[in-house]
Amino acid sequence: MTTQAKPEETAAPGGSSSFLSVRDLSVRFSTEDGVVRAVDNLSFEVERGTTLGIVGESGSGKSVTNLAILGLHNPANTEITGSIKLAGQELVGAPNRELEKLRGHTMSMIFQDPLTALSPFHTIGAQIGETYRKHTGASKKEARERSIEMLTKVGIPQPTTRVDDFPHQFSGGMRQRAMIAMSLVCNPALVIADEPTTALDVTVQAQILDLLQELQQEMGTAIILITHDLGVVAKTAKDIMVMYAGRAVERGTVREVLKTPKHPYTWGLLSSMPNLTGPVDVPLRPVRGTPPSLINPPTGCPFNPRCDHMEQVIGGKCTTERPPLAPEAGHATACHLSAGQKQEIFIDQIQPRLG
Amino acid sequence: MSNELTLDKADGHTPTVGEPLLQLSGLQKHFPVMDGFLFKRQVGAVHAVDGVDLTVHANESVGLVGESGCGKSTLGRLVTRLYEPTAGTITYAGQDISHANRKQLAPIRSEIQMIFQDPYSSLNPRQTVGAIIGAPMEINGINPPGGVQKKVQELLETVGLNPEHYNRFPHEFSGGQRQRIGVARALSLSPKLIVADEPVSALDVSIQAQVVNLLQQLQKDLGIAFLFIAHDLAIVRHFSQRVAVMYLGKIVEIADRKSLYESPRHPYTHALLSAVPEADPDDNRERIRLVGDVPSPINPPSGCRFRTRCWKAQDKCATEEPPLVQLSGNVDGHLTACHFPEEGGLAAVPEQRDAE
Repeated sequence: MTTQAKPEETAAPGGSSSFLSVRDLSVRFSTEDGVVRAVDNLSFEVERGTTLGIVGESGSGKSVTNLAILGLHNPANTEITGSIKLAGQELVGAPNRELEKLRGHTMSMIFQDPLTALSPFHTIGAQIGETYRKHTGASKKEARERSIEMLTKVGIPQPTTRVDDFPHQFSGGMRQRAMIAMSLVCNPALVIADEPTTALDVTVQAQILDLLQELQQEMGTAIILITHDLGVVAKTAKDIMVMYAGRAVERGTVREVLKTPKHPYTWGLLSSMPNLTGPVDVPLRPVRGTPPSLINPPTGCPFNPRCDHMEQVIGGKCTTERPPLAPEAGHATACHLSAGQKQEIFIDQIQPRLG
Repeated sequence: MSNELTLDKADGHTPTVGEPLLQLSGLQKHFPVMDGFLFKRQVGAVHAVDGVDLTVHANESVGLVGESGCGKSTLGRLVTRLYEPTAGTITYAGQDISHANRKQLAPIRSEIQMIFQDPYSSLNPRQTVGAIIGAPMEINGINPPGGVQKKVQELLETVGLNPEHYNRFPHEFSGGQRQRIGVARALSLSPKLIVADEPVSALDVSIQAQVVNLLQQLQKDLGIAFLFIAHDLAIVRHFSQRVAVMYLGKIVEIADRKSLYESPRHPYTHALLSAVPEADPDDNRERIRLVGDVPSPINPPSGCRFRTRCWKAQDKCATEEPPLVQLSGNVDGHLTACHFPEEGGLAAVPEQRDAE
């Protein structure tokens, strides 16, 4: 199924060479308590055929960003500014009719919990075929054949009979496979996977991650992988973006971010995770405190109330001035510590803890 | 009320460090599967826990890992006697509690406490934190010196919460703080054994580490034994001195953590360990890909239960059930149930079996 013409793929006007380019994206929700700045001036890019891992705690704006790309926020209480360009097409402010054509066809999403994301009243085949029929105008028979083809592709045994099963007849891993089949049915160029393996066991998680990687190599899809598990991105992603309080605090390739992390929050994430080889009798070193309120974020650097290295910054800028994500390209961090200090702290204090 | 009706509190002969506190032997729990129109009859049984032998010593933390549906939570609930075992015995501090009734159990209930997985659904949203943590004391008619409120505030301080939050409701707290409330409730009766059923899996990474540190500190300070149920192998390794691996209602391997994580002998343990993703781009461990899902516990496979997904399975595995024994070359206490065990050491990785 590679014959479908996708006119928006061919040209990328506007000069931007990236397939997906997000520039200065801000998402604000108005609530009774005030305005929640869920995403604040976020910029990133994803190339075709590569995977971007977005890592962060709950409430750091990972999912909000991706719902904004898909245009799934309720416009009544959401204010989105900035620009999201998918193959040159502007998505912020695009009419819903345009977005409907893109959703499921050019961009699609794999949700975290396949049991709540699948309808219990419809067969797996009907749910996969629905997207296909909507976007290609195929007949019911063609859609069913396509569903069987997709189920085969994601490794469901006996797809010709399982296509008529209901979601409750599938196990957790198989449901997630069916979700993947559903999101890939129209060969989308961008897949957003929101914690696709969090609800699964490690053995099934490994199967699903391998499957995503195989399908990516086969179809050249760009994937945004949202997760809070740094182990999951280590194997599957090319680039990592660490988010905190709606902003990117560190960005770089997997190797750069995991081997030589430069932001105190990334250090905290890495040293709070126990691993299979580290020392066992020392306590873990979690990031102290709790994530900040997004209604009244701390002034200056949003991480300053939880940061252990604030006093090392000359001039006490942490509480007054928000650090920019610098440099513009390559391995970047948003922190007032100087490059030399970061390297020194990492080698002296952080690396020994990681084992 | 005659004294014969209730079991003794373990205070008189409290097992000291190293002595067995809890002993399970041949423990089974089968849930009936009913079918039929008008007249329901039993057509089968879910073999959730099917013959488990396990000992937890005083002041020891035993980890229990396995995939979802392997019966680890059921085992936890059997230990706390929230379920009635189908067969086998549960011995707590030398007393058989496997079929003890409510009244007999009353004095022992306070010594075995539970921490639940989901801090959102395990706290009553209509009760204040003070009422939640004080409830166990009220139910057991315990009046601590200085009153219940003082004790609750001490407990709040122990778990790292502000004692002034006594009158707040659970919704005013974050996930990690709620889990701390659950821990405080479990501590309110000074238990000797805590069954922690996935206590941190609903929490974020950094909060997870805070709660694990808290539990570890409490274990050291108060000398509580833990049965720590989790599916995250790295956390179990960090928290537990001994680790048992469960598969379809049975323990397939049990050992101290060093031996289990460094030289697993059961293919399933090996596969589980190799599937754990590590945050290291240079991690070149070969991954064993297990095919398919855990078989149905209603009709578990004959012989060795893992044989349907095992790359080493032979005819013998289908006919003969491997006993849980100490294999040659293993340290004391490292028991494995396998006919064709691994060599030991994570370097020896067999070729993976392809999907059928």
